[in-house]
Amino acid sequence: MRLLKTIFLSLFTSLVSGQINISGTVLGYNNDRKEILLSDVNIVWLNSTIGTSTNSAGEFSIPFKKEYGKIVISYVGYQSDTIVANRPNLGKIWLRPDKELEEVTVRKKLNPIQKSLFNIQNVVTVDSREMLKAACCNLSESFETNPTVDVNISDAITGAKQIQMLGLNSPYLLFTQENMPSIRGASQIYGLSFIPGSWIESIQITKGSGSVLNGFESISGQINSELVKPLSDKKLFFNTYANNYERYEVNTRYNYKFSENLGTGIYLHANLRNGSIDKNSDSFLDTPLSRQINFMNRWQFLDPEKGWVSFFNVQYLLDDKQTGQEDFSPKRDKFTNNYWGSEVNTDRFDVSAKLGYVFPELPYQSFGFQTAYSNHDQNSYYGFNLYDIQHKSFYSNFLFNSIIGSTQHKFKTGLSFNYDSFYETVNAENYDRNDNSVGVFFEYTYDNLEKLSFVAGIRMDSHNRLNTFITPRLHLRYALWKQSSLRFSIGRGKRAADIFAENQQLFASSRKINLLHNTGNVYSLKPEVAWNSGIGFIQKLFIANRAFDFSVDFNRIVFIDQVLIDWENPREVSFYNLKGKSFSNSLQIDLNYEIIQNLDIRATYKNNNVKLDYNSGSMTKPLQSNHRFFVNLNYETFKKYRERHWRMDLTVNWQGKQRLPNTSKNPPPYRLPKFSEAYSIVNSQLTRVLNEKFEIYLGGENITNTTQKNSILATEDPFGPYFDSTLLYKPVLGHTYYLGLRYKL
Amino acid sequence: MVKNKIKAIIITLLLLIGVNLNAQDKNKKTNFHVKGNCEMCKSRIEKASLKLKGVKYVSWNIKTKELSLIMDENKCKVLDIKKAISAVGHDTDETEAEVKIYESLPECCKYRDPNSIYMDHGKSH
Repeated sequence: MRLLKTIFLSLFTSLVSGQINISGTVLGYNNDRKEILLSDVNIVWLNSTIGTSTNSAGEFSIPFKKEYGKIVISYVGYQSDTIVANRPNLGKIWLRPDKELEEVTVRKKLNPIQKSLFNIQNVVTVDSREMLKAACCNLSESFETNPTVDVNISDAITGAKQIQMLGLNSPYLLFTQENMPSIRGASQIYGLSFIPGSWIESIQITKGSGSVLNGFESISGQINSELVKPLSDKKLFFNTYANNYERYEVNTRYNYKFSENLGTGIYLHANLRNGSIDKNSDSFLDTPLSRQINFMNRWQFLDPEKGWVSFFNVQYLLDDKQTGQEDFSPKRDKFTNNYWGSEVNTDRFDVSAKLGYVFPELPYQSFGFQTAYSNHDQNSYYGFNLYDIQHKSFYSNFLFNSIIGSTQHKFKTGLSFNYDSFYETVNAENYDRNDNSVGVFFEYTYDNLEKLSFVAGIRMDSHNRLNTFITPRLHLRYALWKQSSLRFSIGRGKRAADIFAENQQLFASSRKINLLHNTGNVYSLKPEVAWNSGIGFIQKLFIANRAFDFSVDFNRIVFIDQVLIDWENPREVSFYNLKGKSFSNSLQIDLNYEIIQNLDIRATYKNNNVKLDYNSGSMTKPLQSNHRFFVNLNYETFKKYRERHWRMDLTVNWQGKQRLPNTSKNPPPYRLPKFSEAYSIVNSQLTRVLNEKFEIYLGGENITNTTQKNSILATEDPFGPYFDSTLLYKPVLGHTYYLGLRYKL
Repeated sequence: MVKNKIKAIIITLLLLIGVNLNAQDKNKKTNFHVKGNCEMCKSRIEKASLKLKGVKYVSWNIKTKELSLIMDENKCKVLDIKKAISAVGHDTDETEAEVKIYESLPECCKYRDPNSIYMDHGKSH
């Protein structure tokens, strides 16, 4: 802490003292249209004689004179340019030759990942530019360049990418799509791959329990994705992608505006993984064969004068996966001992509607109504394990917004209703159930207009299996000094664990399912309850005249009740309620800096300490690294004629050692060490923007070819007692290269 | 009889309207001109007005320089709001900020200098 303080103070003093200089680099084009640095260029404050000239590298530095405000740059053979000296570093300045057409580019961009100073909750906003950096193409992959969220592969068979936040797996996160709960229940494992990346306009990641408006389920945080909207989206978008493992994707959308107020969009996504890949020669596919068709139609109505807003969405999805041994043929080998194989077939239908009204005379007063219905039908088998789940869900939420006295005191209140029905079959067992809940909520936002603001929310829900309970949540922000914020949050979350849907990887093993009977209502287990509290600090400042962001967050989640998933006996997986303590402490330190013009670095260190009291003793969570480093470098060249430029991106992810579940009861060849070794993954992408309509991208994932040996235990005897694909801590798939193009109108 | 009744109703209605005309509006909407440049000005102007009792909602438009507000006329007067805005350095159509306060504004907010509008006003987000 003391060290931090010293660092801070020294940074501060260096900023405050010293005279401000305006610096920049002057460039031009020679006769061959080649870029050259211009030396001895005259730099003079407008209407003065105070000036300087550029050195041989084209650079200049001139003490800031606030009386003048503008500098004049002049050079023989070039048009003089007058520039407002409004920031310490003017960056590169191009002079136009006396006869030239190209324009001088003056631009200022926002980082594609934004941490807000002013938002009361700890929210990281990720915009669509960030989505372009990830290889492609769906929500789970879009977090690969984002340090707040960890992306893991759930097991060596299904290849499903799962995300983690604050040391907890994705079931503890609340996913919303345009503020309506989306990936939950049956779609928990595969649902992230059902939202194509190019449909997403932005993502908001909230660390900490979040708002009470969207329900009581979130424990580690909330992830909201906003989709592109027909009235503001491009008319046409087309994206196609292929990689060296025969993965192909096509992604297109078309928007039509009937008028300024009414628009519709048709969105289509298809992907195919056709390659039988077994690079590690264990006879099992390294990545599943899969096919997906995803169709959505969106309607948007907007009448700002009368104050009405409305959306209507229909989405249909078909997703088939086949995995297991390379020689497995479903027709021939299903439910036989010939080869081990698995198929997961899902069809899903979603319909949702939103209606909002802002009182035209009272702009601070509004109401909104949202409703959604979905039917998720998954039929699957993993070897001899049969798993079918059908989840029908209905959601509706009514919300009223207004003020008390003035907009310093705002409130939101409303009612919500939820209904879920599950038809679930695990081998011969049936776990059909219906859930319904009604809730009321009230959220108050205070802003003292200077330093302090907070959101205090409370909701009461009556649920047929979780009973009646209260969910309080508080988020507070305090501005310590200029460009800094201190945040504090605390909140409660409660949820029923859908143990099979959330842990489907267990079926791809010979582990026996051991449901230790309790007295609860959900698979005879009690619901999970946890408190999440967090404290965070963010400072934005200029170092060497370039923007620098620094933030530290610490969160602690303490479970009052939890359903433990115990992998410590290699013959079984046990589910039981927590009897002792369970907590997750996580620390995250982020640095963002523009090293040189247009070269940004994002560096993160994370420390997760997750400890649970299993029946066999207190242990850290398995397959979870204690330390993690993340570095992302991003470079963009200057935009030339018709936005022509290059974009480069490099991400390095380092994971510390992870505790592996106990395998000491296995015969020696199937035993794993106590800890896995540390490793790093490198991803990179290069994009060439040819013009404002067309771009090509080339990328590599896992370039260093880091893979886990023996990612599946006992592959030679997949129907024997030791077969296990759940002990995965490293990627299965080696280096992957891809090529794609985007076209937009 | 009927005529008398109608008369009575009309009189009551007229009286009611009269009362209404005299009554102070609880959600009175007004707008006026306030000078300023940027996001920082916007926040300063809005804060100063919102801190007055009775001001329910304010929004200052950077482009049009128009401040629109909703206020409870029982609790404050428009002139008070204008005075409060000038007290933090901004001129309105009726009031003017003291030079001393104006000079203490950040460079990019010095709206009396026509060049200041070209300065970088930072991004507040």
